[in-house]
Amino acid sequence: MNGTTQMKFRDPARAKALVDRLHALMAEIGRPVNVMHVCGSHEQAMARFGLRATFPKSLNMIMGPGCPVCITDQPEVDEAVALVMQGATVATYGDMLRVPGTSKSLADAQAAGGRVEVVYSIDQAVAIARTTTDPVVFFATGFETTAVTTATVLLRDDLPSNFTVLSAHKFVPPAMNVVAGMEESLVEGFLAAGHAAIITGWGIFEEFVEKYRMPVVVAGFEPLDILAGMVALVELVGRGTPAVVNAYPRCVTREGNRRAQEQLWRVFKMQSGHWRGIADIPEGNLEIRDEFAHRDARRVYRVDPALAAGDGPSDLAVQCLCGSIMVGLKTPHDCALYGKDCVPENPVGACMVSSEGTCKIWWQYGGRPDVAAMIGGAR
Amino acid sequence: MCLGIPGRIVEITGLTAVVDFWGVRKQVALDLVDEPVKPGDYILNHVGYAIRRIPEDDIEGTLALYEELLRETDGGDLMAEDVAGELGSLGPAHPKGEPS
Repeated sequence: MNGTTQMKFRDPARAKALVDRLHALMAEIGRPVNVMHVCGSHEQAMARFGLRATFPKSLNMIMGPGCPVCITDQPEVDEAVALVMQGATVATYGDMLRVPGTSKSLADAQAAGGRVEVVYSIDQAVAIARTTTDPVVFFATGFETTAVTTATVLLRDDLPSNFTVLSAHKFVPPAMNVVAGMEESLVEGFLAAGHAAIITGWGIFEEFVEKYRMPVVVAGFEPLDILAGMVALVELVGRGTPAVVNAYPRCVTREGNRRAQEQLWRVFKMQSGHWRGIADIPEGNLEIRDEFAHRDARRVYRVDPALAAGDGPSDLAVQCLCGSIMVGLKTPHDCALYGKDCVPENPVGACMVSSEGTCKIWWQYGGRPDVAAMIGGAR
Repeated sequence: MCLGIPGRIVEITGLTAVVDFWGVRKQVALDLVDEPVKPGDYILNHVGYAIRRIPEDDIEGTLALYEELLRETDGGDLMAEDVAGELGSLGPAHPKGEPS
């Protein structure tokens, strides 16, 4: 375990000023405030740098559905596993390997002799397809930041004919609507992920703010960026001002990366779909458009997910609280499996598999990342 | 997976750049970046694609976080491992050994 005990700010004086401001704001507000972020990298940075320890106790920062691996639904993993069982080579990002489907993961399929390749980039999957005439399927996961790379490749006209994509790409903004609309949700504002907003631009959140009367602050990943983002967010919550604030102007513009957006929407359309453990998210999935049907593994092959579903989920998997954790209704400590039956070496739920999953991050950085012992550096 | 990693363009051939990440040189695709880029510019790389040209004034502030993470050498740090994963030097994740 490391990281949480070493509060190292590039500019400690500025960090202290931001933390003091946060405490003053919360004292003014005088009641507990719950806010949510939707990015595994934000959770990593907060846990790693012990930021929660510097927050006032009444300020609760929840990690929402910000781990693309974690929200990839079991039937989607089943489809990938089934494709392997049906003889295809499935290439995917490494984090997906151990994510459980209904009863099997791609690692299980590989151990059973199936062809599964871990790639760093979709281009490596294309390169694999060039070396064979057998079907090569890229199991494409991730939010819009990653989906744009899948889109740009599908727009190329020199792809080998045996290359297809099984899209499990997700679009974050619709999931914020779902959380904000949940009756039992206590969330009063969102910290949006800076790098997804590089693509979409911060303007995309204006509609959300208008509809749910809830502020959104776009923040970067440096500890100081996050603290500055939190100050902006708590100011908005305190004033009751629903607005979008861009606290990461060095990377994010209002319009975002138009060139990438144009390619994204030429290849994908929004489609309702289930996010693991959470809910059906209207328009939350990115589906390949008809024009690219010949690159869509779901339409090129008869994928039979039942092949991979086996006897259904294990007794342990049924107890997994990943979904409730990802909408902020539970924490890993509410889960009977956390740290006992479910550990990184032997994960039950997806949140313990991915380096961006709440459970794994909390476990890795010392269990609960907001213990008092971590205070010191900034305050 | 969403963190991305900044690097300096060394040379460009068509839509492919050779980019230097703290001494590690990698090919990065330029299909998505929305501003003209040239050797010497810094870009933010995500899974092999430049998603943004980093304005000159912002380079130092952007590099700081990564430089701290790259100093982390004892393993077991998720952020450092994700950054290394973005570099592709360890592969994107850890198919065999999860960070312990």
